[in-house]
Amino acid sequence: MQMFKCSTRLIVLIVIMLQGQVNANSSTISLSKNCPPSFELSAKGECKLLNLYQFYSSVQGRGVGGTQTSLPDHRDGFTPSEIDLGRYLFFDPLLSKDGSLSCASCHQPDKGFSDQRDRSIGVTGEKVARSAPTLWNVAFLDKFFWDARAKTLEEQAIGPLFDPKEMGNTPTKLLTDINRNSTYKKLFKQVFPSSESISVANITRALAAFQSSLISLNSRYDRYAHGAHNVLTEREIAGMNVFRSFVARCAECHQPPLFTNNQVAVIGTPEPEGLPFDVGAEKTFNAKKLRGGFKVPTLRNITKTAPYMHSGRFDNLFDSVEFYTKGRGHAVPKDESLQLHWHIWEPDLTKDEIQLIVEFLGTLTDESLTPQIPLVVPSGLPVIDQEYQSSITKHNNNSSATGNGE
Amino acid sequence: MSSGKILGAILVVGAFAGGMYFGSNQQAAPTITNSTGGASYSGGYDKSTDSSVKSVGKSAVLERTTEGVTHVIEPGDLIMDAVKIANPGDTIQIMPGTYHETVYIDKDDIRIIGVIDEGKRATLDGEGQLNDAILYSGNNIVVENLLITKYKGNAIMGQAGNNFEIRNNIIVDTGVYGIFPQLGKNGIVEHNIISGIEDAAIYVGMSDNIHVAHNEVFDSVAGIEIENSRHAIVENNYVHNNTGGILAFITPGLPIKTTFDVIIRHNFIVNNNTANFGAPGSTVAGIPAGTGILIMAADEVIVEGNIITGNKTAGIIITDHQNAPNTTIDPESDPAPDKVMILDNLMANNGYDTIDEAKALMLTEFKQGNPDIVRVGTSRDSCIINRHRYVTVGVKDWQECSFTNTASVDSYILDEPVPAREIDPSERGKVVYMGICAGCHTYTGRMIGPPVQIIQALYMDNPQGLADWIAKPTKKRDDYPEMPPQDYLDEETRLAAAKYLLSVNR
Repeated sequence: MQMFKCSTRLIVLIVIMLQGQVNANSSTISLSKNCPPSFELSAKGECKLLNLYQFYSSVQGRGVGGTQTSLPDHRDGFTPSEIDLGRYLFFDPLLSKDGSLSCASCHQPDKGFSDQRDRSIGVTGEKVARSAPTLWNVAFLDKFFWDARAKTLEEQAIGPLFDPKEMGNTPTKLLTDINRNSTYKKLFKQVFPSSESISVANITRALAAFQSSLISLNSRYDRYAHGAHNVLTEREIAGMNVFRSFVARCAECHQPPLFTNNQVAVIGTPEPEGLPFDVGAEKTFNAKKLRGGFKVPTLRNITKTAPYMHSGRFDNLFDSVEFYTKGRGHAVPKDESLQLHWHIWEPDLTKDEIQLIVEFLGTLTDESLTPQIPLVVPSGLPVIDQEYQSSITKHNNNSSATGNGE
Repeated sequence: MSSGKILGAILVVGAFAGGMYFGSNQQAAPTITNSTGGASYSGGYDKSTDSSVKSVGKSAVLERTTEGVTHVIEPGDLIMDAVKIANPGDTIQIMPGTYHETVYIDKDDIRIIGVIDEGKRATLDGEGQLNDAILYSGNNIVVENLLITKYKGNAIMGQAGNNFEIRNNIIVDTGVYGIFPQLGKNGIVEHNIISGIEDAAIYVGMSDNIHVAHNEVFDSVAGIEIENSRHAIVENNYVHNNTGGILAFITPGLPIKTTFDVIIRHNFIVNNNTANFGAPGSTVAGIPAGTGILIMAADEVIVEGNIITGNKTAGIIITDHQNAPNTTIDPESDPAPDKVMILDNLMANNGYDTIDEAKALMLTEFKQGNPDIVRVGTSRDSCIINRHRYVTVGVKDWQECSFTNTASVDSYILDEPVPAREIDPSERGKVVYMGICAGCHTYTGRMIGPPVQIIQALYMDNPQGLADWIAKPTKKRDDYPEMPPQDYLDEETRLAAAKYLLSVNR
C-alpha cells in the first residue's frame, strides 16, 4: 500500500514536470475548450453560470436579503476561449509598462485575489491610493473601484493598466507589445476572429471574461443557507445572528447572498496616519453628501484579504468589526463634516459579540473554484512576479499615495 | 429642537411659489367633489404579473394541506430547540410564561403561535441584552400572539421571507423597530399593539404586496413606515402620540430604489407630538414632532379617508430629498414625490404649533393659519380633491384628482402566495452538479475530489447508491480529503444530481 502511494505521487510529480516542460514554451499555449467549473457550455458555445441560488426569488430581482435569495444579474456568456485568454492576460506582466507586474500582482489567487497590503504597490514601487479589492464574485457587481467610478469590468480594467502609479502602461505601448507577440496574435485571432488586429477592447473583454469566472458561492455559510444547519458551529450561528441583527446591522449593507448590497456608503473609517482625507465617491458623483463614501465590499473570502477598508487601515477582522461599535463618527477628522450612513450608530457590542461576528465571517470562505495559475504566459515573463515583489525596497509606509486607482 | 431639520431648507425653495400666485388671489366658488360616489382609483398594481387580488382577510401564507407536528413549549424550555427540530409545516405553540432568547427561523412554513390563557401571554423578554426577538428568513412564516419587550434591536424582523403574517402581538419598549419585514413579498401585519420604539413601530422595508391594518402604534418616533416598497396598503390603524404618524419614504442609498402605489386610508392619525428621540443620524431623527403623515420622495401615494387631528406641525408633509437634510443622495433613486393623491380626509386642529419654516413657506402664498398640508420641493402630476377644506401650502397647482376613492382596491395580497420556484428535476440535477460538485470534480483530471469518470465507473448503474453516499459520505481514498455531506439537499435533488453526474460525458 505504501509502495502504491509513493508511486502514485511519483506519477503525479512526473505529470506535473511534463506539463511544465510542455508549457514552458509559450508558443504551444492553447486555449481551453471547456468552461470553468460551475459554468455550463450552452448550445451557442457560451459559458453560463449555474448555482443553487437560482432556485430562489428576490424582491425586484436585486439579489439582496436573507438566506434563500436569488442573486442579482451577472456577467456570463463568454466563450471558454475568451475566459482562458483572459486568464493568460491576467497573469502576464507584459501588460505593465516595464513587464514587472501583472493584474495578479495585486490580485493574487492565494490572497483572496487581493495582495495582503494596506495599499498596493504599483510599477513605480510606491504605494497607490487604496487597497486592492478582492475579485471574487465581481461578475455580480455593477460598480467598480472603491469610489464606484467604473460601471463595467472592461471600464475598470483601463484604470490600473494606464494609471502611471499602477501598471503604468499606455494604450500604444500595450498594443505594440501584445501585437508583437506571436502567441498572443494567434490566440486573439482564435478568440476574436473578426478583429483585424488586437484592440484594447479585446484585451479588456478577455480580462472581464476571466474575472467573471471567479465565483465563490460554496462556503460553509452557503450550505447553511441551503438548509444544512449542522455545518456551522453554535458560535458561528450565534455570530451570524449578531451579524444580521438590527443592533450590529452588518447585514443591512453586507447583504447576503453576496454580502454586499452594491451601494456606496459613508462610514467614516480613518485614513492611515499621515495621509490626507480620502474624499472617495464625492469626486465620482460630484456630490458633497457622498464625501468619504466608498463601495460596500463583499465579505466573501474576507479572511483571506487583510488588511481591511479602502485604506487597509485595520490589519485584522476584529479591529475592523470593532470600528463599527466604537461610535458613530468617532474616527472622522474634526475638520470634516460627513453625511454618515444611518446604519452607522453605536451598537455597543460586547467583545464576545465582536469575536462571534469574526468567527462567522470565517464561514464565508470558499476558494474551490480558484482558477489554475498558468505555468507560463505568452510573454515568457515570470508569472506572478514574486521576485519583483520581493525586490521592491524603495517603498516605505510613509510614501505619498497619489495613484488614482486601487 | 429637531423640528427645524426636515424643513430646515424650506426657505431655500420658497421661490417655488413666489410670483406664481400674485394674480390668483380672487376666490372662486370652491369645487366640491362628492367622494361617496364617482370613479375609484384602480390601483397601481398590474394584476396580470402575479395573480388577481381578492378580498381583505385572506391569508398571505400558503394554506396547509397537511398539518405538521405541533411542538408545545413550556416555560423553562427553549423555543429555539423546537425551531431546530421543526420541519416545514410544523407549528410551535408557546405557553404563557417568560422566555429569554433570540428565535431565528431559517426554514420555510413554520408558525410561532403564542398561547394566550385568560389574558396571560407568552412573553419574550430580551432583558436589555439580547438583540432581536424573532428573526426569520424562511417563506410562509406566521408569528402570532406574543408579548415582546426589552430587546435591543427589533421585536420581529424578516429578512427576505415571502408570504408572512405577523399579528396579535404586543410589543413594548423594544429597541429600534417593532415589526420589520424587509425584502419580502406578500405579507400581512395586523392587529398588533406597539409602543416605545426609537425608530418605526412598524417598518416595512424594500418589500412588495404588503397589508398593514388594524394596528395601534404609539409613543414611538415613527408609527408606520413604508420604505422603498410597492403595492402597500396601510389602513384602519390607530396611530397616535408618535413623533411622526405614517411615513411613505424612498430612502436613498438602498439597493431597492422605489416606493410607489401606497394607499394610506381610514387610519386615525392623532396627536403625534412626541418629542423626537430617534438615534442621531437616523432618517427619522429629522422628523419634526407633530407630523401626521410624511411623504418623502415616494410616488403614487394615496391618502384617503383618514382622521388626521391634533398633529401640531402639520397633518401631511410632502417633501423631496433635497429638503430633507438628514438623507444622503443616490444618483439611482428619484428624489421627488410624484403622483401624490390626496382624497377626502378629516383634518382638524393640525399645525397649531408649527415650525417657523412652514410659516415662512405659507407666506409665499400669502397664507396664515395652521397648516394641514405642507408640500415642499418638486412634485409632478399630484392631485387633490376638496382642497378648500384644508389649510394648505404648496398644492395650489395640483390638479383635481380624476377619482374620489380607492374602493376598488381591497388588498394587494396575492391570491396565490409567492410560490417556491419550481425547477424541473433534471435541471435541478444539473444545477447542483454544476454549482456544487464541479467545484471539486472534473471529468478526467484530479481536483479536490476524484474525477467524475472514476465515480461513473463505480456507480454507473446505481444512482441511488451515489445519492445515498453523498448524503453521508465515508472516507474512501487516503489521498483525497473527505467530502462534506450534502444532506441539506433533499432526497429528490440528491438523486437528480447523482443521475446527472453519471450521465455527463465531458
